[in-house]
Formats: sequence, C-alpha cells, structure tokens
Amino acid sequence: MSRTENLVSELVEKHGRSRNSLMPILQGIVQEERFLSEEAMIEIARELNLSTADVFGTASFYTFLDTVPRGKNIIRVCKTISCHMKGKDEVIEALEALLKIKVGETTHDRNFTLLTANCLGWCHKGPVMLINDEVYPELTPHKACEILEAYMKAQ
Amino acid sequence: MEKRNLKKVDIIFDISECDYLAVLDKTILRDPDEVILDIIDSGLKGRGGAGFPTGLKWKFTKNEDSEIKYVICNADEGEPGTFKDREILDRVPEKVFTGMAICGFCIGAKEGYIYLRGEYNFLLEELKMKIDLFNKQIREKGLEFTIGIRSGSGAYICGEESALFESMEGYRGEPRNKPPYPTVAGYNWKPTVINNVETLVYVSMICRLGPDKFKELGTKDSRGSKVFSVSGDTPSAGIFELELGMPLNEFVEEFGDGDTKAVQVGGASGHCVPRKQFNETIIGFEGIPTGGSMMIFNSSRSMYNVLHDYLEFFTEESCGQCTPCRVGCQQLLKGIEAVKKGERKPAYLEELKKLALTMKVAAKCGLGQSVANPFNSIIDNFREEIIY
Amino acid sequence: MSKYMVNLKINNIPVTVEEGTTILEAARKLNISIPTLCYHEDLSVAGNCRVCLVEVAGAKNLAASCAAPVSEGMEVNTNSKNVRTSRRHVVELLLSEHNADCTKCFKNGHCELQDLASEYRIGDHVFIDLVKPQDKVVDISSPSIQKDDSKCIRCQRCVRTCSELQSVSALAVCYKGDHQRISTFLSKPLHEVVCTNCGQCVNRCPTGALTERTYIEEVWDAINDPTKHVVVETAPAVRVALGEDLGIETGTRVTGKMVSALRHVGFDSVLDTDFTADLTILEEGNELLRRLKKALVEKDETVRLPMFTSCSPGWIKFIEHTYSDFLPHLSTCKSPQQMFGALAKTYYAQKKNINAKNMVVVSIMPCTAKKFESGRPEMRDSGYQDVDYVLTTRELAMMIKQAGIDFAKMEDTAYDSIMGDSTGAGVIFGNTGGVMEAALRTAYEVVTGREVPFANLNIVPVRGMEGVKEAKVMIKDVLPEWSFLEGVELSVAIAHGLANANKVVQAVRDGKASYHFIEIMGCPGGCIGGGGQPIPTNPEIRQKRADAIYAEDEGLPKRKSHDNPEVLHLYKEFLGEPLGHKSHDLLHTHYKARKRY
Repeated sequence: MSRTENLVSELVEKHGRSRNSLMPILQGIVQEERFLSEEAMIEIARELNLSTADVFGTASFYTFLDTVPRGKNIIRVCKTISCHMKGKDEVIEALEALLKIKVGETTHDRNFTLLTANCLGWCHKGPVMLINDEVYPELTPHKACEILEAYMKAQ
Repeated sequence: MEKRNLKKVDIIFDISECDYLAVLDKTILRDPDEVILDIIDSGLKGRGGAGFPTGLKWKFTKNEDSEIKYVICNADEGEPGTFKDREILDRVPEKVFTGMAICGFCIGAKEGYIYLRGEYNFLLEELKMKIDLFNKQIREKGLEFTIGIRSGSGAYICGEESALFESMEGYRGEPRNKPPYPTVAGYNWKPTVINNVETLVYVSMICRLGPDKFKELGTKDSRGSKVFSVSGDTPSAGIFELELGMPLNEFVEEFGDGDTKAVQVGGASGHCVPRKQFNETIIGFEGIPTGGSMMIFNSSRSMYNVLHDYLEFFTEESCGQCTPCRVGCQQLLKGIEAVKKGERKPAYLEELKKLALTMKVAAKCGLGQSVANPFNSIIDNFREEIIY
Repeated sequence: MSKYMVNLKINNIPVTVEEGTTILEAARKLNISIPTLCYHEDLSVAGNCRVCLVEVAGAKNLAASCAAPVSEGMEVNTNSKNVRTSRRHVVELLLSEHNADCTKCFKNGHCELQDLASEYRIGDHVFIDLVKPQDKVVDISSPSIQKDDSKCIRCQRCVRTCSELQSVSALAVCYKGDHQRISTFLSKPLHEVVCTNCGQCVNRCPTGALTERTYIEEVWDAINDPTKHVVVETAPAVRVALGEDLGIETGTRVTGKMVSALRHVGFDSVLDTDFTADLTILEEGNELLRRLKKALVEKDETVRLPMFTSCSPGWIKFIEHTYSDFLPHLSTCKSPQQMFGALAKTYYAQKKNINAKNMVVVSIMPCTAKKFESGRPEMRDSGYQDVDYVLTTRELAMMIKQAGIDFAKMEDTAYDSIMGDSTGAGVIFGNTGGVMEAALRTAYEVVTGREVPFANLNIVPVRGMEGVKEAKVMIKDVLPEWSFLEGVELSVAIAHGLANANKVVQAVRDGKASYHFIEIMGCPGGCIGGGGQPIPTNPEIRQKRADAIYAEDEGLPKRKSHDNPEVLHLYKEFLGEPLGHKSHDLLHTHYKARKRY
C-alpha cells in the first residue's frame, strides 16, 4: 500500500465510511499532504463508495481543500478590507520577494506556497496571515519575512 | 425611536462569576418549558446577524416529534469585520458549552456540535480538550448530552445554517430550499437548533441571572447587550460589549479617529452609513441590525476600493448554485469596474442597483439577498467616488 | 396517510390542492404557466435557477415556485412587476454567462434558454459578457456526447440525472462562486471517466452544453458517394418517437412513414434492427438454456447465473466500470445493432452481391451510447467496422427536415428484404421488460412446445414502469430433451435506468436476491426513453411511447422471434444453428473491465 492509501485507510478507520465522514477525511489528508492528490481522491471514493467526481466536486468547493499540488507550508495572507487598509499588499510584496514566487505559486523546493485568503477574522490586528494552521497577526513586511525565515531555517 | 446611550458592559467575558456547572445544576432541575419561556421572555435574538428570537427557535424544535434532535453552535464566523466568536471561544468556551447543554436539555437533544471555521483551526486542540472535560462533567450530572466539534475548510457560505448542515453531512456547502426550516429538518434532516456562539453565552447568562436582568439593558426591540468587533480607522480596534440601541454618532465619537466618513455596520453584507446619517442611525434591530462588525473608514479611504473589495469577496464566496447570486455578484463587480474605467456610462450604476434589488428578493439564501445592502448604500452615498 | 387539502389563490383564482404540493404544481393545475429551467419532472427539486419566481403576498422575498410548498390562504401572483423584473434579470444574467452564439448551436431552435430569451424579448444585452475563453473549448473526446461549458447555465439537471437516475455521477458540480462549473473528476475528458454515454444528461440539458456527437454530415457524404451502398437499420424505439420531432403527436407510430422518408433521404437499403432483435432472442435464449443445463445438469460451477442481457451499451459500459467481477454474467450476445452490422457486411453483402468494402452501415438509434458501441474494437467481425455511423432519432429527424421531406404526408411503405422482416417480439425490445417478454415467448415454447401461458402472448408481469420488476414462470410438462427443466420455477428480474440496475446487481451480489435471468436497460423506460430520443422526456411521454410499442407488437402478424421467416432462413442458409460456429464469430463478443475510479 502506498503512503496515501495508508493514510486514507487510517482516516476511514477513525471517522467511518458514511458520507458525514467525508469532510474530516478530506481534512485529514490535507493536514498531512497539504493537498488532495488524484490518488487520494480515488482512494476516498473507493472507501466511501462515492464517485470520484463527487469527491472532487465536494473538495473543490472548499478553499482549504486544495486539489492542486501545494508546498509543505501554505501561507495564506488575508486580503479582505481591514487587512487591505492596514497594508497587506506590502506584506505580500515582501513575501513574494523573499520566496521568489508570486501569489498562487509554490517554491521550487516545494517548501512554500503563497496564497491569499478571504477574511481570516483578525480585522483588529491586520494584516494577518496563516502558515498552515498557525496565525500571525499584526504583520509588517519586515515581521512577515522574519517569521518566514524562521520557517525556512526549520526546513 | 427608542434609544440608549453608548454603554460598555462586561457580561460575555466576565469570569468572576463563571461557575458554569452551577448554572447547569440550577437549570436542569427546572421544567424545560419554563426555561424556554424565560428565554422567550428575555427577548434574546440571535447574535449572528439575522436576529431570530432564540426562545421561539427552541420552542419550535422542542415541539417537533423526533427521537433525534441536534444543537449546533455556529462558529463559522466568516463575515468580514467580525472576530468576536473566535475571542469568545478562546476565552470563555465553557459558557458556550453550557448554553448548548441547556439547549439540549430544553429541546430534548442528545448531541451537539460546534462547527468551527477552518481559519480558526489553531483553537481546535484546546477546545477539544475542554469539550472532553465538559462532556465528562455533564455526564456525571446525569445529563445525556455530548458535544462534538467539526471543522470547516474555508467557505464563507457555510455560516448559512443550511449550508452548514450540508457541509457537516459531507457535501458542498450549498444552502437548501426553505421551508423546511432547521427547527423541522436541519442537520441530518432532523429537528435542529442552530445558534451563534454569542447567543449561547447569553443563554447561560439568562439562566444564571434570570430574564429580567438581561432585559435591563437595551431597547424593546433589541434587548440586552452585544459584542462588537471594531476595526478599520480607529485608535481602539478590538472587541467591545455594548448595550444595544445606541446611536451611531456616539459609537463614532468613542471609536472613530476624528475623521470618520462612514461606518460599515454588519460586515461586508451590512449597510454603509455615511457621516450625515450617524445621528439618526440606531444600532439594533429597530435600526441597523448587525452581527457585531463595525468597520470604520476615515476620509482617506476610497469607497470604490471598499465596495470593490466586498464584491470580490462575494463573487468568490458565493456557493454558485443560484443565478442571481453567482452571476449577479460578478456583474456588480465587473459593472463598477467598467464604470470606473469609463467603459460604461455612470447611468449603468442605476441598472446595477436594480439588479442588486432583484438579488435581494430572488437569491436563494441570505448571501445573495444581502449584497444589495453594501452595494446600494455605498452607491447612494458615495456615487462620485465610484465613478471618478 | 390521509392528505390534507390546502386552499390558495393564484392570480386571484382559487385552487385547492393536496398539502405538500408546490406552487408550480398548483399553478399548472390552473393552466398557469410558470417558466422553469432547473426543474425537471424526473429529478429532485433544486430551486437554483430562480426563473420560476413568484410573489407570495406578505413574504419579503420572491419564492421559487418549484420548491415552495403551498399553504392555507396563500395568495400567489405569478406575473407581478416584481416577478417580471426579477425573471427578466435572471434570464439576462444567464445569457451573460452563456455563449449565445445561437445560430451556430446544435440546439438552435430546441433551447429552453433561447425560448425564454425570446419570450421576454431580450434584445440588447444589458450586462457584461462573462463567458470565459477556456470554456469555449468543447470536449469532443467521447464519440457519443460532447460537452460545451460555454453553453452551460449551471442548472445541474445533468448532475442530478447522472446521480439520481443513473447512479453514475460522472458529472458533479465543482468549485464555487464565479469558478463554479459542472465537471468530471479533475476535469478529465469525458472518454476517460466513468461516463456510460447513456445520454440521459443530453435529454435533460436545457441548452447546448451537452449534446450528442453528430455524424449527420458524414452520413450525407456516404449517401452522396455513388460508389457506396448505404444500408440503414432502425431500432425498435425510433418508430414510436421520431414523429415528435417532426410535428406529429407523441405516441404515434410512424414506422411506414419513416421507411419511406429513409428512401427519400437516399439510403440504398432500408432495413430493420428488429430483425436482429429477433435473432438476438434465438441466440440469447439458447445461451440461457445452455447455461441452465450446464448449471443444473452438469453442475458446472464455472457457469455464471443469473445471466444478464447485453443489448444496452450504456449498461455494458456501466457494468464494465462498476462490477467488472460480474462480466461473466453478461450474455455474450452482441446487441441487435452490432449483430446487424456484422451480418450486413457478410450475409447481406453476399446475398445482394455488394462488396462489403463499399458498404456503409448506418444505424438509427434512440441512443447515444450506441455511437460508442459501434466504435469498440470488438465490433469489427465482418472484417470492417461493422456499423459505420450511428445517428440518434433526433439526428434522423434533422436529416429528414434537411431533405425537404413533408414527413406527415409520407405514405407507409415496408422495409426491404432480406433483414427487414420482424416480429412483435423484436419490436418490444424498445420497452423495459420487452427483451424479457420476447425471450420468454420463445424459450417457453422451445422447452414445452406450448405458447407462454399468458392471454394473447402479453406477459403483463414484466411490463410497466416500475424501476425493478420481478416475475416467476413455472416450467411444466416439458419436451423430453428439456427434462432437466421440469418443475423449475424460472425466476427473472427487469430493471431500467442504471440506478435501478445498480440496485439489482447489488442485491444479487450481496446474495439478497437470486434469479436466473435479468434484463437491464440503461435508460428510464428502456430504449423508448433513450438518450437519443426526442427532447423533452418525462414519465407521460415515455408511457405514450411504450404504449405505442405494445400496439405495434399487437398489430404484427407474427409475435414470436422464432417465427421470423427471415431469421429461420438466415440459420438455414448462413449461420447453421444458434450458438454455432458462425454465430460465435459474428454475433457474440466479450467485455472489458474498466476503471471504476
């Protein structure tokens, strides 16, 4: 069994085979692999007796359930109005320069994907970004880069 | 119109008297119907924004004849400008659990779920621990009720109650046709009470202190206080619990930076109130209701950018199933862009306003229905900024 | 459960309906028409297009009448200013995301959106064109169905069809917001996914987003090529539906007119698939008896029962994808279309002294999956592609119109001979239960020497529109060579629509049901409800076509396949015997396991 097959079967074991388990299973895959590969969706479809199109259709509805390859760390910078007003554009520019990628892209070493997100719920402390599940409020371009550099070192 | 002066209060986050188990002990000795009557009597309305009377929701669900019922805590706080539920779940989650357990006791539900937006996953681990402890504690009291937690995955529309059920059931978060309403057919198509995080905390408070205490604050139509999320051009951004029924000018005096040109009340889907209307605008169900988002804009801000931002948000976050919302949002966005660029005449804004009004009456759910709020209020009050 | 009655007024006209009725249904009762797009009688209610909006007195918002139940005292207005403005907006919005290049569209003149645009006199497009260039790339990977996203209005009828009626779910709604669209798994081309080519989505698509791949021009080219001998075969279900696309009332049998029209169009030989339907019964009936003998007498454990019919190519692809372990249960008989093609280019060519190389076989089918079937690599046993082109009933109607034929005035004429004669048993292949009935009429008589014990040969228990039907036939007083069947109660099942087929296979697989023989047709109602039949379709239309099929059966002088003189002649002159060598070479096939996921 491949790594993904193992993961799917563990998650199915944990959450069950009913349709209600689909979201936790998809989330579990993304937690581990950062995106839903073709193989993962096929395995889930098989385990839950769903069509692959149905699994894909459901997953693609949700912004965090990516169906295209993503880096090991996903950065999501909030782009909604309050963060916009507090300078998210500068933060994004700084991150783009540091990572040498544009929003929507993944670094060559597959360590980082830079994305924007709709309101992350930190409007009083914008600009804000998520790196995976961790939240970093009150960013400046400098602060954002420092945080990223720490992640880069940890790789 | 009845109004109150701006008054800061401290109920939600007050932990001095936060013996949630005592509240529970006291409540479960009572007759569920009486408890529901108290909630009805208190005048508590939903704090998510729509403002449906909480007690009635409970009563309808209790009256449904079903073995299985659910209590859902809607923590899919996605409205731009709102962040109070995160703060509540971070600081006083037990009050929320208590509200859920009381609801379960009243309506005859044995299961409750918190649907937490994916953006707040960093709260998940600690919440799970606290839920486990709470479940154990109430089981020891002989209350047959268990709380679970489910995560969202980045979809604003899942804050719409029927979309939230769809999501929990493993489907795309697409709102359902109504009727049937959740009180009849909600999660798993069983009778369901779905309440906002904050609403459930006020439930605990009402059960602790009685409805009269709650009624001391607010106006006839807007009882009690409410947690506001204040952001934008303000020296004091953050979370503030305020008595309902205050005029907007007092709010601006307290929180504005002295140069406030407009306040967006109720988030992206709310209304934009320009300076000239501050005096006459009441924050409450008789005036402009809100889920608590108050975004302040000073005169340096372009209201075109604000509206553009909102429309981009709705265009992306529409579930896409119904025509008025899916296509309408795109047309409003492209429409103001075209007017700005001079590709369409300013009079096209009138066509777009009519379209927004159609969306208000024709869209399947609250998302599409509410886009007209920001659109028409911003166009009406800041037309020049949109065109030039 | 007793039904409560509800009183309401629509446009001030009082009406009383059962509780649970929708406003749309109540309005239809009053003959008040409300436009719909996402609504379809065969499907669950979606309520997402919002074109059926009505105003309910006292309500803040308009209601989608397809989804809103009536209530006591309700006052509905279907034509208020608010309703008209909103409806117009909805149509305009749909047009703004629709590639409204109507004159170039295959569905031009048959498009529900075009009808609405015309009804609302939408002239100047108010809104900005939103059609994405990438959506204009049409998926023509499938030989049966093409998908043009630029025409899609997201009503999701296709998605519901594919899941609810067919339990295939090759199509799903994907992404959200402005990116939302109808897609296959990971947007793969249709030919790479589990699509069965049944075409039920095509039947229900209101616009030109899903249509059949058309081969009309190729067929005209063949007809116009003097070196080609073009043979046409017509499936049973075509004759009871073709008229619908040519201005004739639903449920009218147009067999004779159709034969004349085909000659006018220019086909060189006008022949009948019913002939090979009869032949199928002899082959398949004998196959069943042989399997039963092997299982009951020889105790051969490799013989798989129940045996499933194999004439429906949508069903075949479904089982190949979904239950590949069940392939040995399929009859090895080719479908009548393919038996026809193989014989046309061998037997018919010999008899008529035509070089098979110069023969073009065109089949007219109620089906889109047949287009795929004809291209299967197994279907070249004549040494050529056995069937060159498959046209749907709809495409034939277009050709007839293009040829300037006044169809209603056509005289009735008969099919050419040979391979043009058929019995009532061949005709009923068009209906769900028909193959079973035809098989029983023959098999029972072969085994007992007597006609089936049903009045006028009508085996009523296998008829009707119920999703899954079951029947049992006691076999008694058999002829000596069939003594092993004495006292056996033959147990059969019939399913139509792949969702029902799925249920039956599951039940058999789980050991919850046991049968000897199962008839499956991939489409609701059988071939009369096929994916290539005239649009629209609904239960009432399908019932009328089904009734016409049975009327055709009763009107024929011979009603049992083994009485077809041309078939008997074919065995005598060419094939030898059922399941013989030549049959094996030309009339039987094998199947291929395909990916389920």
